[in-house]
Amino acid sequence: MPSQEVFSWLRTRFFPHIWCPGCGHGIIMHSLLRALVALDKKKSQTVIASGIGCSSRMAGYIDACTVHTTHGRSLAFATGIKLAKPELTVVDVMGDGDCTAIGGNHFIHACRRNIDITAVVMNNNIYGMTGGQASPTTPIGSIASTTPFGAIDPSFDICKLAEGAGASYVARATVANPKQAEQFIMKGIQNKGFSVVEIVTHCHTTFGRKNKRRTPIDNIN
Amino acid sequence: MSEIAFWQGNEAIAYGALAAECRFFGGYPITPSSEIAEILAEELPKRNGRFIQMEDEIAGIAAAIGGSIAGMKSLTATSGPGFSLKQENLGFAYMAEIPLVVVDVMRGGPSTGLPTKAAQQDVMQARWGTHGDHGTICYAPASVQECYEVTIRAFNAAERYRQPVLIMSDEIIGHMREKVVINEIDPSKLVTRKRPTDIPEKFVPYRPDPKDDLPCMASFGDGYTWHITGLTHNDWGFPTNDAQEIDKKMKRLMRKIDRFRDDIVEYETAFTEDAEVLVLAYGSVARSSLRAVHEARNRGIRAGFFRPVTLWPFPDKEVERLARKMKTIIVPELNCGQMVLEVERAVHGKAKVEPLNLVNGELFKPEDILKVIEEVA
Repeated sequence: MPSQEVFSWLRTRFFPHIWCPGCGHGIIMHSLLRALVALDKKKSQTVIASGIGCSSRMAGYIDACTVHTTHGRSLAFATGIKLAKPELTVVDVMGDGDCTAIGGNHFIHACRRNIDITAVVMNNNIYGMTGGQASPTTPIGSIASTTPFGAIDPSFDICKLAEGAGASYVARATVANPKQAEQFIMKGIQNKGFSVVEIVTHCHTTFGRKNKRRTPIDNIN
Repeated sequence: MSEIAFWQGNEAIAYGALAAECRFFGGYPITPSSEIAEILAEELPKRNGRFIQMEDEIAGIAAAIGGSIAGMKSLTATSGPGFSLKQENLGFAYMAEIPLVVVDVMRGGPSTGLPTKAAQQDVMQARWGTHGDHGTICYAPASVQECYEVTIRAFNAAERYRQPVLIMSDEIIGHMREKVVINEIDPSKLVTRKRPTDIPEKFVPYRPDPKDDLPCMASFGDGYTWHITGLTHNDWGFPTNDAQEIDKKMKRLMRKIDRFRDDIVEYETAFTEDAEVLVLAYGSVARSSLRAVHEARNRGIRAGFFRPVTLWPFPDKEVERLARKMKTIIVPELNCGQMVLEVERAVHGKAKVEPLNLVNGELFKPEDILKVIEEVA
């Protein structure tokens, strides 16, 4: 059960949330909120920016200064907010399609600028909200609704991409290790620069179903 | 106290923005608007403002919206192809009701078109470029002096009505040098968005003030926690699928322009009292048009002149009133006929409407317009 402090960061009146039962996004939101609580952040001084997709709905559930922007563009909005008010803590919650496809250019330039923003990238290898289309992190050979014969393009390694582009803190955790995810997000927020925390999660509803991932472990592996 | 400057239109927009207390610019280089960014890159840091050159046009407007969300009066500037790219986030700013000024120094299109030549081909895009319904406030300056003044008014309108405001300049106005009289700004004439006075727990970010039907706006970091989304939302800013709430939001978005239409609409007229032929033109074309009207008067033709300063909302009532006494209204434009459609809508058959179009990258010479005046007179 989340602590009282974590609960105080939630807009529980919008629950139940829109994520499917068993989705990893809730685990990631909990890790993020534990990190914010542990760092003693104030809700009114914390910005949660997001783009479009399942992951991006997280902004609506967190009681802070939240901005649910356009698809892929959240880092550009977040950059403007951070630049105008550097004293704010800015976290950008994104999905793999949001971050590396439509928002790929904004992502690499956010890394290059190394402005003090933390990007939490929820990588579930698929576009979940629109029904399971292939994303730039869909592994070769995997089935998605737009790759019925298997994905043929190589996928991005988000951490390598971030490192190569100049992010000053890069880490990867999985939803199987929520405590580690929390630690990485904390370190990311503490880092005075652009931090990327990739959290590998699963979409059993679309990716798992199409790729015969029958157990939770199969979905993460 | 007033000062005299000798500026290009783009410079006047940059200094007008500074005079309006714009403190954030996000943008991307593009001809023929880049001088606005270059000047602000130099001037904003001196005023504790922020300048950022982003990775593309989309990010330029996104950063500017971010700056505005954090409480700074914000600007982005672009030209044709960049204006197309900005449409997505322009729509976000309409929906989320974020004050912002967007400048398009128009050049020839479509596509890369004519980067160094003037055109007025984006005026319908200014109205309908982004998807979905919304009200539009759009100014079209016709002189360097007006670039300066209109920019201040554009910021005032953006802050007052809590929405993006467009300035559709063009390559000629943008790069032409003219004398500008810079009058000292009366700070009471500058509008800054209404801030909430409620305690944070009671702040309802999209609830209109019963006095003027316009919502106030907190900035991120001001002590308020609230949600901004491009999804259709209720008064609390949270997404809704409720038909009544959707209807309420959409009607209010349209109403904030319709209701204040008379406060927003601006136009200029000359020789209209006894005119039979009216030349209606905006932006750089208004300059050759006025000259042609003067020349026609010298030749004894009863010609008049009408210049919309706001293209949107269009001064339709005013044009309609004039149309009743006109034989013909000539509408010269550097496009294949865009605002002429709006003129026809306003005139509604009360006078003959004669489009005059030029899209070869050249300007109208006054004699080109004079010839048509003589033909129809």
